[in-house]
Amino acid sequence: MIRPRSKVAATLSLLLCGCSIQHYQSTFSDAAVEVRQFNTLFVIFLSVCAVMYVLVIAFLIGGIGRRRRAEANVVENGTHHATNPLLRTGLMVWGAMVGIGLIALAIASFFADRSMAQAAAHERLSITLTANQWWWDVQYNSADASKTLRAANEIHLPVGVPVRILLRSNDVIHSFWVPSLAGKQDLIPGRENDISITPTKVGLYRGQCAEFCGAQHANMAMVVQVEPYADFLKWWQDGLKPAAVPTTPLAQAGYQYVTTRECAMCHAVGGTTAGGTVGPDLTHFASARSIAAGTLPMTDANIRKWVDDPQGVKPGTKMPKVPLQPSDLSAVVAYLETLK
Amino acid sequence: MSRGDPKAVEAENRRLAEERKKLARDGPKLNGARLEARLDKTWGRPHGFLGWLATVDHKEIGRRYIITALIFLALGGVLSLIMRLQLARPDGHIVGAARYNELFTMHGSTMMFLFAVPIMEGIAVYIIPLMLGTRSTSFPRLNAFSYYMYLFGGLMLWGAFALNIAPDIGWFAYTPLSGPQFSPGKRADIWAQMITFTEVSALAAAVVLVATILKCRAPGMTLARMPLFAWAMLVVAVMIIFAMPSIALCSGMLISDRLVGTQFYNHYEHGDALLWQHLFWFFGHPEVYIIFLPATGFVSVIVETFCRRPVFAYPVVVLALVSTGILAFGLWVHHMFATGLPRVGYSFYTAASMTVAIPTGLQIYCWLATMWDGRPRFQVPMLYVVGFIVTFVIGGLSGVIIAAVPLDLELHDTYFIVAHFHYVLIGGAVFPLLGILTYWFPKMTGRMMSETLGKIGFWILFIGFQVTFFPMHFAGLLGMPRRVYTYPAGQGLELPNLLSTIGAFAVASAVLLFVINGVVSYFRGAPAPDNPWDASTLEWAVRSPPPSYNFEHVPVVESRTPLWDEKGELPVITGLRVDDKETLLTTVVAATPDLREPIAEASLWPFIASCATGIFFITSIFSPWAIAFGAIPTAIAMAAWFWPSSLKRHPEPVIG
Repeated sequence: MIRPRSKVAATLSLLLCGCSIQHYQSTFSDAAVEVRQFNTLFVIFLSVCAVMYVLVIAFLIGGIGRRRRAEANVVENGTHHATNPLLRTGLMVWGAMVGIGLIALAIASFFADRSMAQAAAHERLSITLTANQWWWDVQYNSADASKTLRAANEIHLPVGVPVRILLRSNDVIHSFWVPSLAGKQDLIPGRENDISITPTKVGLYRGQCAEFCGAQHANMAMVVQVEPYADFLKWWQDGLKPAAVPTTPLAQAGYQYVTTRECAMCHAVGGTTAGGTVGPDLTHFASARSIAAGTLPMTDANIRKWVDDPQGVKPGTKMPKVPLQPSDLSAVVAYLETLK
Repeated sequence: MSRGDPKAVEAENRRLAEERKKLARDGPKLNGARLEARLDKTWGRPHGFLGWLATVDHKEIGRRYIITALIFLALGGVLSLIMRLQLARPDGHIVGAARYNELFTMHGSTMMFLFAVPIMEGIAVYIIPLMLGTRSTSFPRLNAFSYYMYLFGGLMLWGAFALNIAPDIGWFAYTPLSGPQFSPGKRADIWAQMITFTEVSALAAAVVLVATILKCRAPGMTLARMPLFAWAMLVVAVMIIFAMPSIALCSGMLISDRLVGTQFYNHYEHGDALLWQHLFWFFGHPEVYIIFLPATGFVSVIVETFCRRPVFAYPVVVLALVSTGILAFGLWVHHMFATGLPRVGYSFYTAASMTVAIPTGLQIYCWLATMWDGRPRFQVPMLYVVGFIVTFVIGGLSGVIIAAVPLDLELHDTYFIVAHFHYVLIGGAVFPLLGILTYWFPKMTGRMMSETLGKIGFWILFIGFQVTFFPMHFAGLLGMPRRVYTYPAGQGLELPNLLSTIGAFAVASAVLLFVINGVVSYFRGAPAPDNPWDASTLEWAVRSPPPSYNFEHVPVVESRTPLWDEKGELPVITGLRVDDKETLLTTVVAATPDLREPIAEASLWPFIASCATGIFFITSIFSPWAIAFGAIPTAIAMAAWFWPSSLKRHPEPVIG
């Protein structure tokens, strides 16, 4: 009953995302409980601040306007000036207004903070996110270790399920931020933080590192796909499968290269001997939407461009330029394309 | 002396008193042109280039501070233009990632450490002694030292930029990114040593200002009659004294982590990366008020003069300044909401951050009430005050928004923050600064700035500023983080960024127009009378530009607005030596005459000491041994500096 409807919703929202793509990394969103709370509180603050601002500007305009009624340009005596009693009362009223306004806002903020903290207590899914210069290592935790899934730069979340993301860093301080879903939280080496998100709308949301983390801070993005629970489970099951076995001779040559040469030093490909953990897991590399944490869209041409000269595409990236023979390059690219 | 024969002591005292009577002093017998010539001989600058380096005249030093800081403003501004060009379109290719990181690091460090704080200190060093009715700052050699340290720190940073070894770690240099593992090379060290230069300089200037404001005021200028700008600078100088040791500590630990392998910030060795942020923001947040509070002093000065009325509710403004200064030390954590600190503390820091809005709100009310009750004249400085209120209040209110943890978690480290702090720093500090430079320009140069050019410049700046920074609020809400060298197309970021770039060029042209106006007016401006704005404070009682000795006779003050209340000549106190540099010290609260203090002669030693210290700091980037060897010439220079030149020069009681 539910599945077809959700699928329609998913397709629709994907279409919507396609049409108004600018909202997929934006706080003008209602895609999660957290961002809704943000927007409610933001509107409250904005309203109170707007009233205050209007009062200040009205007083300013009044002060300027009054000038025209003044008769002469007289210096008042500094020691004996008589203060207008109205202005003194005004000072007290203004002080009280500022004080009461701030107290009200502080209380609103306090309750928003509390409710976010409470939501965090009901998590049903746990993800460990580890930041690296400049990519995201995502691990889906399961009580059954064989079901723990590792992926890079893409997070899949089931809609309506509170998720708790544990945040760690392998090098410098980064910050996890998907504006359409929730606020940010830093990933700090030597510490473990966490953030809770309850997505309420199926869709595709972009996030990126929000704490300056070195040369390629700007190219450290990720995509969050919120999908119906069943789709999420299916994706998880698929993710646990080992990498596809190459069939074409070219891809087989690429398989040989990747699993026996430089690539395997850093990268893992599930079901093969390539087991490096320094770089992103490549088991389902080609099913991701982008290459190198949002640097390039996933196309065959871009895979070639990236493997050929990572330093040219993303200067400073930790992936070195490996001087590949043209034939090897084609083979590696052909193999990577099979890793759906 | 105390153990000697009482008769001999008495005889000696009498002899000294006789001797003192013979000294040349200002008074009924010595005044007018003869006195001026005599004073100028005593206080004037020594001849030649060495004299220029040796001078300890607070006006010379203040002027150098201001001009140097304005040059750094221009340099930092050019960097921001390059950044705006890069961000004008998505996927820009004007500069690469590494260069862009250098640009924003240089921009932030230059604006914070080499422009904003020094120019406030420079203006204070120039104006405060005139405003307080004294002949010099206290510790004039320390004052000169402070300027040279600042200059060398700035030259080192920009020299490094020219040599392509500029820092690229942000003006905040978070560890571990700035640590030895992730920033090999010397870039981070150069940043950290630049901090060392500026903190030494700022501490020296702060000590000078505190002592000057508390001890050198004209007789009768009680604390309750002190101009509000002096109050603002007193609070700021005390804040510098409390805030700078914190950054000295954290940058010192960073240097030692990088240079000699300590592990303060390395969590693998039980250090802590977050330690840096606590120490840095314990300085960094007060730093913002160190920039903003002098500007509130400027606003009070301008509002008073151009509204023809003393600032409304003086005690409220003073209390607001003091309480802002104290509160500033209690809210550093609002820079760290996203670091995962205990949730219990969040609400406390939210409330503390919002509390700052109360004194600031009251100050705004007081200025507006002064305008309401006075008779404002809208000349250029006053226009800047109106621009300040319209702009700064937006920044203050967006500050209230980001004080709330749930809101800050979304907005932190986005362009919303960039918009916020440019509204408070440009709107809140640079607008009043340009106003006050226009205001004090005639006093400093003896020429008026062009009113027409000033008004055109103001409007270009005001509109250009809004066009630049208002769209940044939206860029932030649309998900644009700070410190990114590029952004992808299709996220709705194109329009706000293009507007910001266009606006940035308008802002730059307005600043350029201001400089042109200043230069042209310096040579061709209408000659300024002593008191062109008909202002109330003592700096307008002296010639424009002021003579080397400031005041012929020390003025006596009987109200908060002496030049408005004394229709004729200011009452004066006489009897200071004119054959030697001497000033009158007064008591801290009531400003009754206390001592006649000899003032240090011009000397090359502060310059030499700062050269020695500069070499010491710069070489210690490369080797820890430089700390041992560099200390020797520094110690020698300091010893020579403090070598007593004449045993006869010591403070004397007023009644002698």
